[in-house]
Amino acid sequence: MIYIIQNYWQAFLYSDGYNMTGLAMTLWLLVISCAIGFCLALPLAVARNARNPLLWGPVWLYTFIFRGTPLYVQLLVIYTGVYSLDVVQHTPALNAFFRQGINCTILAFALNTGAYTTEIFAGAIRETSFGEVDAARSLGMSQWNLYRRIILPSALRRALPVYSNEVILMLHSTTLAFTATVPDILKVANDANSATYNSFAAFGIAAVIYLCVSFTLIFGFRKAEQHFLAFLKS
Amino acid sequence: MFDLAGYGPQIIAGTITTVELSVLSLLVSFALGLLGASAKLSKSRALSGIATVYTTIIRGVPDLVLMLLLFYSLQIWLNDATDYFKLNQINLDPFTSGVITLGFIYGAYFTETFRGAFMAVPRGQLEAARAFGMRPLLVFRRILFPQMMRYALPGLGNNWQVILKATALVSIIGLSDIIKATQDAGKGTFRMFYFSVLAGLVYLCLTVLSNGVLLLLERKYAVGVRKAVL
Repeated sequence: MIYIIQNYWQAFLYSDGYNMTGLAMTLWLLVISCAIGFCLALPLAVARNARNPLLWGPVWLYTFIFRGTPLYVQLLVIYTGVYSLDVVQHTPALNAFFRQGINCTILAFALNTGAYTTEIFAGAIRETSFGEVDAARSLGMSQWNLYRRIILPSALRRALPVYSNEVILMLHSTTLAFTATVPDILKVANDANSATYNSFAAFGIAAVIYLCVSFTLIFGFRKAEQHFLAFLKS
Repeated sequence: MFDLAGYGPQIIAGTITTVELSVLSLLVSFALGLLGASAKLSKSRALSGIATVYTTIIRGVPDLVLMLLLFYSLQIWLNDATDYFKLNQINLDPFTSGVITLGFIYGAYFTETFRGAFMAVPRGQLEAARAFGMRPLLVFRRILFPQMMRYALPGLGNNWQVILKATALVSIIGLSDIIKATQDAGKGTFRMFYFSVLAGLVYLCLTVLSNGVLLLLERKYAVGVRKAVL
């Protein structure tokens, strides 16, 4: 236990001397994939509620596929599957992108969390009370203004508790990155385990770090809820 | 249309393993969830404390980390135990470890689902049952469980979907499930993309199927409940 901490604490937290590893890598994966997923989910959630089947159909298919299959399978398809295609190997740009494990990981994570986030936001948008929309229309707001000023701010606020769950689940999902050779916390723990055969200590340390991050996230989201959802307090 | 290059039997066997693993893990976590929820709602401070620690820690740590932690440590602990009692070494295969770890992990999620569902059953019903002289187990079987299931079903369905998808992780600790089978097929035929997508399709079919079953179950447990007509 002491040996692992002494030898691997830097790797567990930020760097193995060459690359960003451990906690820093996990947080980076979490932040970048959630950020991309969020930007993806906003327009898709609006499209998901559109009346035109040509708009909501593809979005429904996207969320159906990405929520119906395990993230690990998605990662395998993108990391090992796409790279084995001839088209990808013979296009320099695609080749360079898909050769890097971290690019594939971020792409898979972002698409996955994007699908879940889309459904969360779409649900919140659907629950917007008709009075607010009627009032906005009666004031002559255009569709764009209606979404920007009325629907999205209120829907995003109401989606916050569910979205915080999704972010924490995403933190848990980032552990899959180590199967694509990305040096996150679990990869460091795995290395420590193979070097010392002290599995309980190696993975136990990883578990404690993840636990701390989870609790910090939960605490942060609770603060955010108190701030953004203050109007719901009775 | 489906050219499996002779890997069909492995893929079907893998699919069956995946389904078996999910169903068994569901049963284990279902039982653990009932126990956990009862412990959490019990008057004993110690029991509810243990259950709270269990759910908090398990839900705060990623399932893959717990799986690796338990998979490697369970074997070592088991070896220590068998050494101590001078027994033959018992080897845990990935399937058993998968069931134990998945059951243990999702038991925590089920605890929360069932806790909410238990609380949704009106107290008066339980008091009435006790007034009729039913013993606690009978109250649970006849009164609490059938009504609780209606509230628990949506959460249960969610948990089932998550378990089904979490079984994919067990191939990382060496189980020959659908993922392993399709990856082997992909490596053997140099058609990784095709076979990886096939694994995804199998999962999609399983998800769609289980959605249908859930709908039927929901209808069964909602018998006699009047819905507001909007």
